[in-house]
Amino acid sequence: MLRLIVSRLAGGVAVLAAVATITFLLLHAAPGGPFSRERRLQPAVQRNIEDRYHLHDPLWQQYGRYMSGLARGDLGHSMKRPETVGAIIKRHFPYSLTLGLMAIGFAAVFGTLLGVLAAARKNTWVDYTAMSVALIGISIPSLVLGPIAIRYLALELGWVPAARADGVVGYLAPAAVLGLIYAGTIARLARASMIETLGADYIRTARAKGVSERGVVWRHGLRLGLLPVVSYLGPATAGLISGSFVVEKIFQIPGLGFYFVDSVTSRDYPVLTGLLVFYVGFLVLFNLLVDLAYGWIDPRIRHSERAA
Amino acid sequence: MSAPRSLGREAWRRLRKNRMAFACLIGFAVIALACFVGPVVCGWFGLDATTLDLELLAAPPSAAHPLGTDNLGRDLLVRVLVGGRIAIVVGLTATAVALVIGVAWGAIAGYAGGRVDAVMMRVVDVMYGFPTIVFVVVIRAVFDTHSLVSLFALIGAVSWLTMARIVRGQVLSLRQREFIEAARAIGASPARIVLYHVIPNTLGTVVVYATVLIPQAMLTETFLSFIGLGVQAPLASWGTLVTEGSTQVAVSPWVLAGPGLAMGLTIFALNFLGDGLRDAIDPQTR
Repeated sequence: MLRLIVSRLAGGVAVLAAVATITFLLLHAAPGGPFSRERRLQPAVQRNIEDRYHLHDPLWQQYGRYMSGLARGDLGHSMKRPETVGAIIKRHFPYSLTLGLMAIGFAAVFGTLLGVLAAARKNTWVDYTAMSVALIGISIPSLVLGPIAIRYLALELGWVPAARADGVVGYLAPAAVLGLIYAGTIARLARASMIETLGADYIRTARAKGVSERGVVWRHGLRLGLLPVVSYLGPATAGLISGSFVVEKIFQIPGLGFYFVDSVTSRDYPVLTGLLVFYVGFLVLFNLLVDLAYGWIDPRIRHSERAA
Repeated sequence: MSAPRSLGREAWRRLRKNRMAFACLIGFAVIALACFVGPVVCGWFGLDATTLDLELLAAPPSAAHPLGTDNLGRDLLVRVLVGGRIAIVVGLTATAVALVIGVAWGAIAGYAGGRVDAVMMRVVDVMYGFPTIVFVVVIRAVFDTHSLVSLFALIGAVSWLTMARIVRGQVLSLRQREFIEAARAIGASPARIVLYHVIPNTLGTVVVYATVLIPQAMLTETFLSFIGLGVQAPLASWGTLVTEGSTQVAVSPWVLAGPGLAMGLTIFALNFLGDGLRDAIDPQTR
């Protein structure tokens, strides 16, 4: 177990370094820089600004400086704002985290419910209804659903605030809009895998021993049937909590999503690289958690070669 | 006794029997046809995508403008149809690009095996770790391109990863089969085996996944348009129209309703069709 964790973390660090390197090189290979603009500054001024960020050093020196900072947990200083990348993340991450966790929680519960119901009542109207709901969830872009939710839930019914979420109630609408797509995917994964699981021998044994249908589905079947959902939840959670531009913008939530896009369009290299590293860090972490959860859910996996 | 039917024909028959999926296929064809022919027909009635009707700014649906007008007085029906052209072309070309890269990558990795396979799949793993949308955004913003072709190609170039994995998995099992062994025995070159024997046998799965890729590419285009890196004005795509509508939903909801509905229906039809195709090609999953 410990060996698994250590080796996965080492692999994760390698992926992090690779992502930081690729982003760094990609950004520096591109024409233009963060301080090139339409109206030319005086050459001396331009030079001074660029010197401050060491933009005239050889590339390998810039790279070495950035990576050694990264190794010490220092993400660098924004080139456009008077603050460090760490400060930006610290201030805005809590919003994205709250929204993301609520969205993934909603998606996991609602999606699993739909998928399991559909599998348990395979090829009946329950199945068709549940799967249609899931498919509709996947098919409506949040850019369409979000404004509709604001108009009807917030402006006409007044159930939730239209923007600027405060407290749990304020996050309900954006979390539902954001989570619906994931719920649809989870429902489809859960249905396919539950159908397979419910056909397994050990389920027949459970039935033969007289376990109630409800117990068979929700206790015996669900445990294994949820494995694909669990492995989907890892990357999905990482993606959701590191900021979702569209939903955050529509509902005016001051999360990290804005900085992802803004750092690209304004060429704020340290912010973009920092945010990417932050996201990939979560990705590695949650994928590791998924693997650990796998061993806990299905002991057979713990003892097989998967741990290697 | 009836003649034995080919697998493809058998699958087609099963798809026809799945009424909803078949309806979705027809539905998508109708939408696509409307988008490409519709604007011409509307032109005969004096409606086009750019004329400003200054009497009717942001007007609700009426006989003159069935889907209403936007805040510049442009007819939304024609704009939705014209926008659909770009959305559909984006979906199809990006999918084609992803298809070519993904199938080639997966087939080569799976068939070569060993170290080649390991390296090629590590590349896929690393790219998976990267939020693909960031790739597109970075390249479009940094290289400052607004060309449509590069938009299509880029969306395709980041969407092939899952395709490569799926194809590789299929090839791994195909590789062990007798008919591949036989081809090798009669001296067929690896390239010939991959092109003529391996890839054709993965096409069923590939087609199913392709129908899912089209809506994904459309959604990517929408996102890019939302952040201002997609299709540039005066061109309109469903992405730009939905973006426009999303800002006016409080006062003129029809500006969002038209394009939103068109997009939702198209994506729903394609997703449903994908499910139907999967069931038709591999009936065991149902």
